[in-house]
Amino acid sequence: MTVSGTPASTGPASVPHLDVDPFDMTFFADPYPTHQRLREAGPVVYLDKWNVYGVARYAEVHAVLNDPATFCSSRGVGLSDFKKETPWRPPSLILEADPPAHTRTRAVLSKVLSPTVMKQVRDRFAAAAEERVDALIERRSFDAIADLAEAYPLSIFPDALGLKAEGREHLIPYASVVFNAFGPPNELRQQAIARSAPHQAYVAEQCQRDNLSPGGFGACIHAQADEGAITATEAPLLVRSLLSAGLDTTVNGIGAAVYCLARFPDQWQRLRDDLTLARNAFEEAVRFESPVQTFFRTTTREVELSGATIGEGEKVLMFLAAANRDPRRWDQPDSYDITRRTSGHVGFGSGIHMCVGQLVARLEGEVMLTALARRIAKIEITGEPKRRFNNTLRGLDSLPVTITPA
Amino acid sequence: MPAITFIHPDGKSDRVETSGGESVMQAATRHGLDGILAECGGNAMCATCHVYVDESWLARLPAVAGDEDALLDGTAAERRPNSRLSCQIAITPELDGLVLKLPERQV
Repeated sequence: MTVSGTPASTGPASVPHLDVDPFDMTFFADPYPTHQRLREAGPVVYLDKWNVYGVARYAEVHAVLNDPATFCSSRGVGLSDFKKETPWRPPSLILEADPPAHTRTRAVLSKVLSPTVMKQVRDRFAAAAEERVDALIERRSFDAIADLAEAYPLSIFPDALGLKAEGREHLIPYASVVFNAFGPPNELRQQAIARSAPHQAYVAEQCQRDNLSPGGFGACIHAQADEGAITATEAPLLVRSLLSAGLDTTVNGIGAAVYCLARFPDQWQRLRDDLTLARNAFEEAVRFESPVQTFFRTTTREVELSGATIGEGEKVLMFLAAANRDPRRWDQPDSYDITRRTSGHVGFGSGIHMCVGQLVARLEGEVMLTALARRIAKIEITGEPKRRFNNTLRGLDSLPVTITPA
Repeated sequence: MPAITFIHPDGKSDRVETSGGESVMQAATRHGLDGILAECGGNAMCATCHVYVDESWLARLPAVAGDEDALLDGTAAERRPNSRLSCQIAITPELDGLVLKLPERQV
């Protein structure tokens, strides 16, 4: 056995090697059998295709997420190691940062998207959901992705951020690039980056203070610079984080929830019988479908994880979606159950990098599912759902449905 | 192991036996207690594990940290002087017998 180069014999040799490519089209089409293989192979595995470690069980995914000193983010949360490669864009000041730098920027976004702020926007978000459902009831048959899962967040989030009306068509394509770029240098990533220039230019421009309307989340971030919490040059990059991660994720979250409720009519009926389940129905969809499927970390030192020794500077791929269906953690993990106690799922991550916009996502999901269930008796899928392929995000491209009003 | 009593808004109570090294929130959710949501799973982000601490116990708990203080402003039910987030209360032997009241709602 060779001892030069990677992988070294003491590290990867001690863990099961798998030949799966978790960024391959056939994997995306049906990841579940492979998730099971990854979980059952061992607590830590090695993926020869990309020379990375992988964790797919809940306990190890949770452990990696909650040890940011050992499993860092500043070397990138995709396959690319920022210590060895130049990032495709200036790194995020929050997602791709470690404490103590992360602590300061994180506090700013936590404040801008706090429970208190959610109380203030709640009525507005709920009214927009009602309006959207009114329009859908008029149409009866529509695409639940374009006309619902995309249209609803697009009708509120850019306004909540304070973005100008023009150019918003760049938002979803930009997010798509960001999430494809976490993947390996496959066709999805290369093409996404190759076509990203106009989207990047739009986003960079919109992050500037002058382009953000007063009172919005964007302006609130810039106001933090006045208070000295961040510098004036950091503010635009933090606004960028909301543009990157605040829209496409909720589109896929709401899309997942509608897809679940359309596929499992018994759960739809339970929701209709008790609208207070709406928030958990959304949360359970985030567990069940895991719109964000994976993230990487990089080891800062040699570390032992569940009996496996991982050297310094190794990429570790966390299968959030597989952890969310690990039978070691969840009863009947493959059932969509809107009364499940979902607390602890890792669909939003866990630990210091846990989705800072999770409250926005839950609010959007809750008010939309409430509006749908109050007004609609039945959702029928009327055509083959089409999947949208992305290296990190799981979701549909189209979902043709016909609804019956209540 | 320390036991904690949760009093529901309707006056009924649940006694929860805790195990070492967990937070009050974790003990509550592990027992399937209604009234503690803990949407963020204990990461001090969501304010849905809100409790009112029985006055006689208040001084015996560790102080409210900055994060928790900000989150408490966003609880769904009214914030009171004895409001705490149960994910931020680590269980220690001294907390045996702790009494917590649950708010009307968490979201």
